[in-house]
Amino acid sequence: MKFLNNLTFGQYVPADSPVHSLDPRCKILAVPVVLTGIFMAGHVAAFAAWAGLLAALAWYSRLPFRLVLNSAKPVLILVAFTALIHIFFTDGTPILKLGFVTITREGVAAAAQMGLRLLLLVLFASFLTLTTKPMELSDGLERLFSPLVRFGFPAHELAMMMTIALRFIPTLLTETDRIMKAQLARGASFDRGSLWKRLKAFIPVLIPLFVIVFQRAEELATAMEARCYRGGEGRTRMRPLRWSGRDTAALAATVAVVVALAAGERSLLP
Amino acid sequence: MKTDARTVCELRDVTYVYPSGASGRAALSGVSLEVREGEWLALLGSNGSGKSTLARHLNALLIPTQGDCIVYGMSTRDPANVFAVRSAVSMVFQNPENQIVGTVVDEDAAFGPENQGLPPAEIESRVERALEAAGLLAKRAKPTYTLSGGEKQRLAVAGALAMDAPCLVLDEPTAMLDPRGRADLLAIMRALHDGGKTIVHITHRLEEILWCDRAVVLAGGRIEWEGGVEPLLRQDGALRKWGLDAPPLVALWRELGEETGLALPRIPTLEGMIDALCPLQ
Repeated sequence: MKFLNNLTFGQYVPADSPVHSLDPRCKILAVPVVLTGIFMAGHVAAFAAWAGLLAALAWYSRLPFRLVLNSAKPVLILVAFTALIHIFFTDGTPILKLGFVTITREGVAAAAQMGLRLLLLVLFASFLTLTTKPMELSDGLERLFSPLVRFGFPAHELAMMMTIALRFIPTLLTETDRIMKAQLARGASFDRGSLWKRLKAFIPVLIPLFVIVFQRAEELATAMEARCYRGGEGRTRMRPLRWSGRDTAALAATVAVVVALAAGERSLLP
Repeated sequence: MKTDARTVCELRDVTYVYPSGASGRAALSGVSLEVREGEWLALLGSNGSGKSTLARHLNALLIPTQGDCIVYGMSTRDPANVFAVRSAVSMVFQNPENQIVGTVVDEDAAFGPENQGLPPAEIESRVERALEAAGLLAKRAKPTYTLSGGEKQRLAVAGALAMDAPCLVLDEPTAMLDPRGRADLLAIMRALHDGGKTIVHITHRLEEILWCDRAVVLAGGRIEWEGGVEPLLRQDGALRKWGLDAPPLVALWRELGEETGLALPRIPTLEGMIDALCPLQ
C-alpha cells in the first residue's frame, strides 16, 4: 500500500504536438497575455469564446479534454469559496431572502463571473506545465530572467533550485511513505481522531523527514561539486533553447486573439 | 600492470583533520600513495578507516591539512587547479539517490559535461557513449525516479563517464545495491578497466576486489598494507584485525590451498574455483 501515490506534480503529459514543441519561453510569455485577456472578459459571450479557445487548445495540444479539466480539481474549493462570497456579499436587487442573508441579482452575476474567471485562469495556465518538460520550463525561466542577472538577480540559481526540487519530489514522497509506514508499524495512527490530533500525529513524520532532507542536500551538493558544478558561469546546455519563427508567430497570434476578444467585447456587446 | 606506468594521483604524507571534528583526531595521518595509470586499485578498510576521506582528496573535494595531493602533476591545494582536477578524476558515491541531479536520464548524464562548458553536439555524443557503456541507452528518455537502485548507480557512473575523465573513483558504489545490481556494476567496472580507465574502487567487500590489480588497506587513518590481491587474501588473521571478513569462497580457497596443496587458481574467482575443483570428482 502506498499512501501518497495520488499526488501528481509537474504533470507533464508527453505528446507530439505543435504546442509541446514550442520554445518554453514562448509559452511562459503567453501565460500572462492570456490571463490578462481572461481578466478583461465580463460578458457571457466572451466567456463562451474563451471556453471554446480552451477546447481548441486542448485539441491542438493533443491532450484529452478530461485530463485538462482534471488539472483544475485542486482549486475547485477556492473557486466555490470565491463564488459563495460574491453571492452573499454583493449589494443590489434582492431576489431571495433567507433570514439575515440576502441574495441579489448582482451577487449571482458576480459569483458566476468570478468563478468562471478563476476556473479559466487555472485551466489555461495548466497548459504550460502539461505541455512543457520541467527541465525546459526551468531553462526557459533562466533564459527569460537572464537580463536581470547584471542587477544581481539569481536567475541560474533559481532555475537550478526549481530543477532539483522537482527532481526530489518523488524521492521525498517515497521517504515520507517509508517513515509513515515505520510509525504505523509501531502503533501510530494518521487517519483517526480530530483534525488537530491527526495534524499532531504528523509532527513525528516531519522531523525525520527534515533531517533526511538536509542530509540529502549535503550529499547532493558534494556530488554536484565533484561533477564540476560552479554555478551558471561557463555552463553550456546539451539542448540549448532555440527561439524560432514559429514561436514569434505563436506569441503574436496569442496577443492578437486577446486584443481581438477584448476589443470585440467592448464594441459589439452592450 | 605496467611498472613504468605514469602516476595519475599521488598523496604525499597526507594528514587530514575534519574542521568540525570535536575529537581533533586525524581521519588520515601520514598517508602516502600512488595511483598508476590504467590500474584498478582496491582501497579497503572498515567503517571509519579513512577510505572515503582519502577518496575525496583525489577529486579535490578535500584539501590535505598537511602534505600534498598531486593529480596529473597538479596540486589540489591551488584553487586554480580544482576544475582541471575534477575533470581528470570523476567520482561516484555510495548513495545513488543523492547524486542524481536531472529529472530525465540523459539530462542527468549531461550535467557534468554541461558544467565543463562543452558545445551541445559534443555533450550529446558523450552522453550517448556514457549511457551505452552503463547499459542505460534504452532508458535515456525515462524520468530518473523510475529507475531501480542498480540503474540509478549505473546512471551515476554514466554521469561520471560523460565527463571523459581518465580516472574514476568509486566510493563504495555497491553498498546500497542488491546482488544483481552489484554484479552489473562490477561487470561495467571490468569493462572500463579493460578499456584503459584508471579505477580506484573503495569497498569493504573482499569478493569485489578479485579482479583488481593492487590493493591498499586502511585502518585508523593509516595505510596498513599495500600489495597484490593474492597475498592480501592469504592474510587471514590480519584481515580480521582490519575488520575485513573473507567470503566463504576465499576462505575455502585459502584453507584448501594450505591443507591439501591442490592446484588452485591464483585468484579465487567462482569460475576459477569451479574449473579447479570439478575435475576432482
